[in-house]
Amino acid sequence: MKDQKERLRRTMMFVPGNNPAMVKDAGIFGADSIMFDLEDAVSITEKDAARYLVYEALRTIDYGDSELVVRINGLDTPYYKNDIKAMVKAGVDVIRLPKVESADMMKKLEKLVAEAEKEFGIEVGTTNLMAAIESAKGVINAYEIATSSDRMIGIALSAEDYTTDMKTHRYSDGQELLYARNVILHAARAAGIAAFDTVFTNMDDEEGFYRETELIHQLGFDGKSLVNPRQIEMVNKVYEPTKKEILNAQGVIAAIEEAKRRGSGVISMNGQMVDRPVVLRAERVMRLAAAANLVDEEGNYIEK
Amino acid sequence: MKNSINREIPDEILKEKNYQAYTTDDFGTPVIQKVAPKLRATTGSEKVVDSLEDVVLKTVKNGMTISFHHHFREGDYVFDKVMRIIIDHGFKDLTLAPSSLTNVMNDIVVEAIEKGVVTNITSSGMRGSLGDAVSHGALKNPVIFRSHGNRARAIETGEIRIDVAFLGVPNSDAMGNANGMDGETAFGSLGYALMDAQYAETVVLVTDNIRPYPNTPASIKQTQVDYVVKVDAVGNPDKIGSGATRFTKDPKELKIAKTVNDVITHSEYFKDGFSFQTGSGGAALAVTRFLRQSMIDNQIKASFALGGITKPTVDLLEEGLVDRVMDVQDFDKGAAESMHQNKNQQEIDASWYADPANKGAMVDALDVVILSALEIDTKFNVNVMTGSDGVIRGAIGGHQDAATAKLTIISAPLVRGRIATVVPDVTTVVTPGDSIDVLVTEVGIAINPKRKDLIASLSKIPGVPVYTIEELQKMAQEKVGTPKPLEFTDRVVALIEYRDGSLIDVIKEVKD
Repeated sequence: MKDQKERLRRTMMFVPGNNPAMVKDAGIFGADSIMFDLEDAVSITEKDAARYLVYEALRTIDYGDSELVVRINGLDTPYYKNDIKAMVKAGVDVIRLPKVESADMMKKLEKLVAEAEKEFGIEVGTTNLMAAIESAKGVINAYEIATSSDRMIGIALSAEDYTTDMKTHRYSDGQELLYARNVILHAARAAGIAAFDTVFTNMDDEEGFYRETELIHQLGFDGKSLVNPRQIEMVNKVYEPTKKEILNAQGVIAAIEEAKRRGSGVISMNGQMVDRPVVLRAERVMRLAAAANLVDEEGNYIEK
Repeated sequence: MKNSINREIPDEILKEKNYQAYTTDDFGTPVIQKVAPKLRATTGSEKVVDSLEDVVLKTVKNGMTISFHHHFREGDYVFDKVMRIIIDHGFKDLTLAPSSLTNVMNDIVVEAIEKGVVTNITSSGMRGSLGDAVSHGALKNPVIFRSHGNRARAIETGEIRIDVAFLGVPNSDAMGNANGMDGETAFGSLGYALMDAQYAETVVLVTDNIRPYPNTPASIKQTQVDYVVKVDAVGNPDKIGSGATRFTKDPKELKIAKTVNDVITHSEYFKDGFSFQTGSGGAALAVTRFLRQSMIDNQIKASFALGGITKPTVDLLEEGLVDRVMDVQDFDKGAAESMHQNKNQQEIDASWYADPANKGAMVDALDVVILSALEIDTKFNVNVMTGSDGVIRGAIGGHQDAATAKLTIISAPLVRGRIATVVPDVTTVVTPGDSIDVLVTEVGIAINPKRKDLIASLSKIPGVPVYTIEELQKMAQEKVGTPKPLEFTDRVVALIEYRDGSLIDVIKEVKD
């Protein structure tokens, strides 16, 4: 479970659960997480078909190292119970609940997930959860939602519904999301789980996409929800560590090895003590570097 | 008997039609005897004729071989006009020998077959209703499919003897000096038609645009032309080439294209003065764009780009990233229009382009080519001719010819819809696996094990996993399952020649 919480989640790619071609190919773009959507992307007449399709895909298709997430239908619909059963049975990594406003909603989900796990002979606690926060109330309750279950791996801002709820809409500078982003990020960090930023839907505005991604990277988000595979490369580029960061991280990791070798609890680099935050950051930099193909198998920087 | 790549070639076909079975993709250095056409001398004062019908009746006889080119592609009017006259006058037993057949020609060819007007066909390919008819046994004699280079070879050696060539041109003067690059229906290079103009016994130009004499630049020359027929229109300009070049937004195509570019740029061939051929289609255009950026980043320029040309390739020429464009046909208006503006966009005929029976062809100097595939098998054999239903729906084009390049890359998705592209055995072998070096799919690449040098240079490209082709085939199978085997009768409906004229495979009649 700890490993689950520390994996890279730069990119969470939305895939309409009723589109066989996209479901089939979702694994080829190198998304850190793939989110199959049973909710908004699927019309009412296709809810069952999409559920079956995603179920079969999860059981059949090799999606490599991607984390597999399913956005189920909300607790205010007639579909979520069947969604939960099918996705738990299929062995999905994470169930994402939309429109979450309270810890109670997540607890209700957790109970149904546990029941499904028992029903299908899956070890209880296997299926992880995450919440999408899409309203003012959700933002206000972000921390209780983030800490609602041991299964929680992250919370995500969903800005379309949120801005409507706030009686505004999305602007290119993102000022209207400033508070929500910061609250969600703080709640996630305080709970020790991942924070995902919202989607950016205008595929023709590359500059705007980079501007927004750079902002959420600077704030500290783990990553972003994406509507198009072409955005994956762009997000990864923003999250790519610099050569200087990588070389520094290598120094830190060498210092850890050196301390271990000497049996010392104190890690020092260039005569200065290396404290825990520095170690954690170095480990994250090296994970990002490896994911961006900037280091070889031994962790050496590859000159471009 | 089985040929060297294990395809069953019926003995009676080898015997009756005096064929050799395919053995190798190495043409060697045989001595070749070329043929020359007979002609009737003239001063040319009576070449211009108003009636296409009169010319057809004067020149065509039962049992003859007639030819056309396909440079007008889906906008062609000439083929239909000529064939209508031929059918209506009840000609019989003709051999049709066009450079290729496009969809717009299908209906009238099917009619000509049904009425016994056409009894033999040789072409680069066919599709749609015509491919369907032939695959269902409509033609008594098997169709012979030849690559562009092989057609040139067969014309030069007399295996294809063209009695009358009907060549539509966007302009001509009264003596028959014509080119493909000017006029409302300009299509650019006349590359394939130049063979017919040079070797047919009778050459009939069909045009809607008679220009003052002498009309230059002249790709087809007055010394070759017997008749110039004026018609109201030779083609539909909107359907000749695709209009503005669309850059694919399909993320899968983009991923494949990017990987193709990675393979090229990590190979030893990517250096100053290299040469390449990309072809048409969304992925090929995307490769051109990625390659352009890599050339700029690495300060590398190409000596030439070859083959069917698109606007993005012409852009590279204009940017100075490519020194010469060697142009046998143009796929879009941009490439066609630029031909008379760019002196370094050289029109080449099919023989110069790709004929192996030559004192050197452009493909012999080609470093890198990107080709497509309907299917590719675990022996790297490629099918670009028959579909997943076994029915003819493709064309060899320059596939076999360009595949002799130093680095031949097949770019293809692992599966298309529910159909596997990477298969245990292709339905029809068009290009032998020995010519193919790398397969690029959306999940990773496979390198022909015979190319140990490439395995060394391409195995550590960041983000590009290398698989064996067997592994890719298995992945495809796991995705879409194993289809029921196709069923064919014993009757051969088409022959696939290799570029040296040997038989690499046959296509049988589909059983429904």
